[in-house]
Amino acid sequence: MIDKKLIEYVASLSRLELTRDEEEMFMNQLTDILSYIEKLRKLNTEDVKPMAYPLNKSNVFREDKLCPSTSKEEILANAPAKIDAFFKVPKVIE
Amino acid sequence: MEYEVVIGLETHAELSTLTKLFCGCSTKFGVEPNTQVCPVCLGMPGVLPVMNKKAFEYSLKSALALHCEINKFTNFDRKSYYYPDLPKNYQISQNYYNLGVNGYMTIEVNGSTKKIRIHNVHLEEEAGKLIHPEEIGTNYSLVDFNRAGVPLLEIVSYPDMRGVDEVDSYMQTLRKILLYMDVSDCKMQEGSLRFEASISLREKGSDKLGNRVEIKNLNSMKAVIKAIEYEVGRQSKLLDRGETVARETRLWDAVTERSERMRSKEEAQDYRYFPEPDLLPVLIDEKWLHEIKGTIPELPLDRKLRFVEVFKLSDYDSGILTEEKVFADFFEECVKILNRPKAISNWIINDLLREVKDRKLDIHNLPIKPKQLASLIEIIEKGTISSTIAKEVFSEMIQSGKNPHAIIEEKKLAQISDESLIESIIEKVIATNPEAIEDYKKGKKNALSFLMGQVMKETKGKANPKIVNELLKGKVGV
Repeated sequence: MIDKKLIEYVASLSRLELTRDEEEMFMNQLTDILSYIEKLRKLNTEDVKPMAYPLNKSNVFREDKLCPSTSKEEILANAPAKIDAFFKVPKVIE
Repeated sequence: MEYEVVIGLETHAELSTLTKLFCGCSTKFGVEPNTQVCPVCLGMPGVLPVMNKKAFEYSLKSALALHCEINKFTNFDRKSYYYPDLPKNYQISQNYYNLGVNGYMTIEVNGSTKKIRIHNVHLEEEAGKLIHPEEIGTNYSLVDFNRAGVPLLEIVSYPDMRGVDEVDSYMQTLRKILLYMDVSDCKMQEGSLRFEASISLREKGSDKLGNRVEIKNLNSMKAVIKAIEYEVGRQSKLLDRGETVARETRLWDAVTERSERMRSKEEAQDYRYFPEPDLLPVLIDEKWLHEIKGTIPELPLDRKLRFVEVFKLSDYDSGILTEEKVFADFFEECVKILNRPKAISNWIINDLLREVKDRKLDIHNLPIKPKQLASLIEIIEKGTISSTIAKEVFSEMIQSGKNPHAIIEEKKLAQISDESLIESIIEKVIATNPEAIEDYKKGKKNALSFLMGQVMKETKGKANPKIVNELLKGKVGV
């Protein structure tokens, strides 16, 4: 069951702050999704192998060859905050 | 109460590939921050990671060397957690089908061997590096993503270790194995090899595991040992007082040599693993396994035991020779050329290793070749130069990379064995040191060594000491 507590927990794992309205909205949406999954669960899947990949392919590799990286300027262009060549983030340890 | 200590280790080793696990960015250490990143390792929308074959094969090689069963079907999973060093908010790792499971590694403690079981070996991507400015009052941290996406091998042991001796041996042995196989540079100071320990205590004789405590932030092998010792003390005090040990994660502080409990917010672990849809699974067939097996060299402990057995070297010497693959290889190359294992071992241990240390030589690019050391030893055995002069020649060989013959000729270092020449020098020495002869006649035996020393000095150490000794004794009338 999707209840308010679960919504709060999932939001906190994702570091999201939700308004009351958003909590309500996600609770309804997630409940809908899960009830659809419940429907699927009623099917008999005894002889069906779990499938995580839609393609029937495997072993795709690249060689260990250098490619140019993106420039520091471009990389940092998206940063909400930066200092010199670093991304700046809220302090993570006390 | 008497307790038994139960320890398991988690090891992370950065693989020494040229490029990252899923993109072609360089893995080079110590370059300007955020210059080795691209949309793939930063997790920009719409990018597609593609597995580095070499990184995968290095992992397979390591799992095989640790005697793991290899999952014929293996895949990658997303481990979700939010932390600023993780650009995608998930780490591509393995959870459901680890590359290798149920292995073991043999360690040596106080002369006997023990098998430490390996729970699993898997491949994942590194996170970025967080820097915490030290100035008091700063309210931010800095992130460098150069490391994000570097291939990282995780090796998880069972809690099979019973004390710090075993832990120390486990760390050393694992490090040596990874170095021998050339899959990681294992530089702890650069973070390319890291350990985390989990420790619990139980009443001696009990087979029930106690609550385990994980210790993180261990930046050296010394720190691992100290943190375990501290933790054993802390837990036994708690248990002695009848209290329980909380299951928690603690951070080691190398400066205060204490550990602190990690805040519970960081501890909350709910990784919600699910298969990584952007990567395809990997199927491993016998042919591939066979190929990889063929690239695994003889491992350090096996090699050490073989050196003792085949070359009749001491356990200690064999240990030093096999510490680094380069020197063990050098030794065996020399022995192939000249069958004098003991002499070769002595030269490597006493002289080559000292020169390497003193001159800070690059061991992968030694200025001396096995053939040159073998010919130096041959020259000594022929009596062309004395062992004292040989040290000088050796040093010159390291300095210039020249052959011993060339150095001996150039510097005229060949031993003087010409009796008439030596005799004339002895006469000269006796003539200039009459008091020594007097002393000798008065019974001072060491006067003879004094004269001997003078002759050697005259010949710059090149006179054949055996001949000098005989002739000198004849002169003074022994």
